[in-house]
Amino acid sequence: MEYILIIISAVFINNIVLSQFLGICPFLGVSNKVNTAIGMSGAVTFVLVLATIVTYLIQTYVLDKLGIGFMQTITFILVIASLVQMVEIILKKISPPLYQALGIFLPLITTNCAVLGVAILVIKKDYNLLEGVVYGASNAIGFGLALIILAGIREQLDLADVPKGMKGVPVSLITAGILALAFMGFTGIVK
Amino acid sequence: MNQIQNLTKGFLRENPLLVLVLGCCPALATTSSAFNGLGMGAATTFVLLGSNVVISLLAGIIPDKVRIPAFIVVIASFVTIIDLVMQAFSPELYETLGIFIPLIVVNCIVLGRAEAFASKNKVFSAFIDGLGMGLGFTMALVILGSIREILGSGALFGLKFIKGDGILVFILAPGAFIALGYLIALINRLRRT
Repeated sequence: MEYILIIISAVFINNIVLSQFLGICPFLGVSNKVNTAIGMSGAVTFVLVLATIVTYLIQTYVLDKLGIGFMQTITFILVIASLVQMVEIILKKISPPLYQALGIFLPLITTNCAVLGVAILVIKKDYNLLEGVVYGASNAIGFGLALIILAGIREQLDLADVPKGMKGVPVSLITAGILALAFMGFTGIVK
Repeated sequence: MNQIQNLTKGFLRENPLLVLVLGCCPALATTSSAFNGLGMGAATTFVLLGSNVVISLLAGIIPDKVRIPAFIVVIASFVTIIDLVMQAFSPELYETLGIFIPLIVVNCIVLGRAEAFASKNKVFSAFIDGLGMGLGFTMALVILGSIREILGSGALFGLKFIKGDGILVFILAPGAFIALGYLIALINRLRRT
């Protein structure tokens, strides 16, 4: 039951992009086309779940054991950066089609604050490993959901007559705002 | 001469938030009031100054191939410093900004300036560049925070000057997106004329 609560609250109520403001850069950057949005969500899901597991283990077995919790930021970002590199190399070797699909998005993910943000949030919320994984995965799904919805809307917006100054980023931001307003409707599903 | 231009470019012509649209995440998340925006801006400015100076000093020593990880370590060290300092001296602000303090490390502005400017210029220019960019970002955050605070709760820096509740949605998440959208649109319009 508590896992279902974690999933619903991470995907809909506290959506990582629309209410926690993590990962806005790729949210605005790669939401032009639905296809690229799907590729990006796939890559983020993959890295986010992996990063959550690895950083959780490092926090419990290294940082907490040695009492150097203040090194958290430095350790996590380095681990995530090298993890992304490693995933890229492994994918290239064992699954070229998957690499073709996700490859170009992987370098972008290192500086995606969603990954580091979720890793830190899992530690802050005192989840155990399984809860952490579920939380990471559902945040990734929430990210994908928001990204794909926005991409769909933006594909339609290309046909609309947008005032000159509003073209590009401003109109995407306002669309995202209205989307966030719609997601606020989910508040109160779970107490 | 050039240094003055170097300092002022961050404010309008190359404003990191309003023109280059970098660092959106903290800008949207921490500007529920003007004061929070100011706190976030100050923290980012400190990290920018520190990392710009150190990276421009180390630019000759760091091998080109590992420069990005090296830059990230330098930035992360300064983020850790400001994290601990804020925890000690302003615990309330630290609570409000929460996770976005450690997340300065993935703020594209900081790494962007390190890569594009600090690693190629002298220490003094890098310092001025960091100061200008940091203050420009702070200014943008304070403007956005003020707009949201005035519309959302009828107050500015905590001083209430309108009776009643205000438009609550501007304090919440959707208002952040909408306010920033219109602000950038306004800047686009002003820059064209």
